[in-house]
Amino acid sequence: MAQNKILILFAHPLFEKSFVNQELVRHIPISNHITFHDLYEEYPEFDIDVKKEQALLEKHDIIIWHHPMYWYSCPPLLKQWIDMVLEYDWAYGKNGNVLKGKSIFQMITTGGAKENYCATGKDRFTIPELLEPFNQTAKVCKMNYLPPFVVHGTHKMDENETVNHAKNYAELLLFLTKNELNFEELNKHFYINEWFTKLKTNG
Amino acid sequence: MDNGFFVQAIIYLTSAIVCVPIAKKLGLSSILGYLFAGIFIGPFVLGFIGAEGQDIMHFAEFGVVMMLFLIGLELDPYKFWKMRKFILGMGSMQLIGSAFTIFILCQLFLDWSWQTTVVIALALSLSSTAIVLQTLKEKGLSQTSMGRSSFAVLLFQDIAVIPILAIIPLMVSGSHVETDNLHTSLIADFDAWIQTLIVIFTIVAVYFSGRLIIIPVLRMVAKTRLQELFTASALLLVVAVSYLMQLVGLSPALGAFLAGVVLANSEFRHELEGDIAPFKGLLLGLFFIGVGASINFKLIIDNPTFILVFGAILTAVKFLVLFGIGKVYKKSSDQNFLFSFGLSQAGEFGFVILSFSMQLNILPNILANQMMAIIALSMLSTPFLLLINEKWIDPYFGVKEKEVRKHDEIDEQNEVIIAGFGHFGSTIGRLLRANGVNATILDHDSDRVDLLRKMGFKVYYGDATRLELLKAAGAEEAKIFIAAIDNPEVNLSVVESLRKHFPHLNILTRARNRVDAYELIDHGVTKIYRETLYTAVHLGVDALTQLGHRKYSATRQGQRFIKYDEAAIRKLAAKRHDKMAYLATVKDEIEMQEQLLKNDLHINFSASDHAWDSEHLKKQISE
Repeated sequence: MAQNKILILFAHPLFEKSFVNQELVRHIPISNHITFHDLYEEYPEFDIDVKKEQALLEKHDIIIWHHPMYWYSCPPLLKQWIDMVLEYDWAYGKNGNVLKGKSIFQMITTGGAKENYCATGKDRFTIPELLEPFNQTAKVCKMNYLPPFVVHGTHKMDENETVNHAKNYAELLLFLTKNELNFEELNKHFYINEWFTKLKTNG
Repeated sequence: MDNGFFVQAIIYLTSAIVCVPIAKKLGLSSILGYLFAGIFIGPFVLGFIGAEGQDIMHFAEFGVVMMLFLIGLELDPYKFWKMRKFILGMGSMQLIGSAFTIFILCQLFLDWSWQTTVVIALALSLSSTAIVLQTLKEKGLSQTSMGRSSFAVLLFQDIAVIPILAIIPLMVSGSHVETDNLHTSLIADFDAWIQTLIVIFTIVAVYFSGRLIIIPVLRMVAKTRLQELFTASALLLVVAVSYLMQLVGLSPALGAFLAGVVLANSEFRHELEGDIAPFKGLLLGLFFIGVGASINFKLIIDNPTFILVFGAILTAVKFLVLFGIGKVYKKSSDQNFLFSFGLSQAGEFGFVILSFSMQLNILPNILANQMMAIIALSMLSTPFLLLINEKWIDPYFGVKEKEVRKHDEIDEQNEVIIAGFGHFGSTIGRLLRANGVNATILDHDSDRVDLLRKMGFKVYYGDATRLELLKAAGAEEAKIFIAAIDNPEVNLSVVESLRKHFPHLNILTRARNRVDAYELIDHGVTKIYRETLYTAVHLGVDALTQLGHRKYSATRQGQRFIKYDEAAIRKLAAKRHDKMAYLATVKDEIEMQEQLLKNDLHINFSASDHAWDSEHLKKQISE
């Protein structure tokens, strides 16, 4: 089987101060099948090169929007990226079929605990609910939107826990390059990391 | 102190302060103002100064000396090398062409000895560095093709004075030199060839002592950190070299030029420039007053036809020779007119050569005085000739102020006017054009104007400070005026005139640096764009990223720095007036830097910004 190619679109405006994300990024396996694309480093002035971004997307099968959760959404450059790169008649519309069939999910870090993200919690909504706009965006582009990888409680996370998350992320990435995905099974889960942990423990 | 000194100082300064602004108001150059001031207070009009005018001249020649020192300082050997073709080609053609023509004409029509004729021809073929460079600077023409050519020719002449002065003693050809007049020259008793050798030796000595003695001494003085001591050493240097040159019977100006070249590559170049420039300006003014005062109207009245006809023919010959050179070098006709009229006078070196030859008895006294009157008159004529050229000749031959259009074409009005289309203005113009905005362009470089017109730009040619030109270009109807002229002083006066006459205009102004920006802020200009700010910050941002900083964070720091600096410059501009010194000298600039660096220490850019930073959240959680 041909291996899946993964594109990580990383957006963090203050990466140098985010220990958790530094660990996550540091653990990303070096592989011909995984491309790490640091948007804030590439476009500090927000002048996104649309043609280049589209070419990158075309070359990959699984796209990951890797970003911290800010005000229940993504950092501004990623929104800019979505607005500019996902063009009509390229990503969506009658003739916009380039992304059709590709998979996409979000890698999200957040300070809040998982318990807060529910109807009775502080944040009132679950994370998948809050991410509906991204989900819908992916749908319009005819992509398979998968459950997000979420790292909760980054504000008080110790080094051990951080490294565990990072290792888990790395393993998932390698797994994804090598295996076809069972969407039905996957979509039953809240977070892709939960599914993956279960998969690992079940053998 | 002698009362006479004060009286004299008052007379000179008052005449300058009265005449120069009037000349400026009439659109004439300041040189004419000084010349007329000299004529008025001179022995033939008001008679405030009499015979001592000559002494003043000697003193004021020092302005020329200092100017040459400054020229020497600016003579980067590399630039010199790049211009060598023009300096040698144009310069030698001008000097040989003019001198030869004058020599032939004089030999044909006047019964002078050949030595006399050679000296006069050489003396008169030199142009006036003082007048030409001052005019170029005032009109902002230094960087045009004509400005560069003029500089090349003048430079060749300045250098040619050395061999000319060295050769003249040789022409005495053994005849006995009357030593009475030669009290200034120590070596006059020697044979001509020994004199020549001594002269050459002195020049070599100046060169080496500059390298081996002067620069180390200046370093020592600089270490004392006493500004006035440095000024004193700079003056001492120029005076000493000039005196040395006088001792060996050479022009002090040459010595100063040489000293300047020797110091051109030293680290003191800019400080020396800053220290000497005010003296130069004042003394040069005094020099022009002296020229005006020393015009011997009695000689002219005694023999007006000879002097006027000779003067006219001289100017015509020099003009034609220069015009021919311009044709050889394929100058456009109006650049050529400017070039040829600009250099058509005889100059201050003429005085030097004539008085030197007078001392050697090559020239009879009366003839020398007549020649000096001719030189002074021809210097007086240049500003007028340039005026005539500007008003009546240029409009017919040169690049037209406004493009002649066919009648059926509608003269559409652009909303944007750009004054100055050099590297700065052209970038703006291209950006606007790429966005479908056509701008009207004002520029004073005729070669560039031609090119731009061919490219379909709407261009007005001429001096943007002139109200009529601004009106013609549509300043009344335009919305935005972009002042992007290279010369900051010209740019400032354009802005001033705009604010006065077209208050509705939205003016965006280029400033070369912080000092210019202060000047503009003082004049109430709000939209100021410092060319040194944005580029420098951009480079700094890149430097940060190459040291490992995240690009986005560095970019934001750069953006904040620009905001901070633009706020700081407005604060400092107001503060600046508390100080006594108003003119931005080198010292002031250092102080300004110091102030800026101190202020920067108190600013922590990231302190006020919590965006995306979760430190405060973490603290709250742990509490």
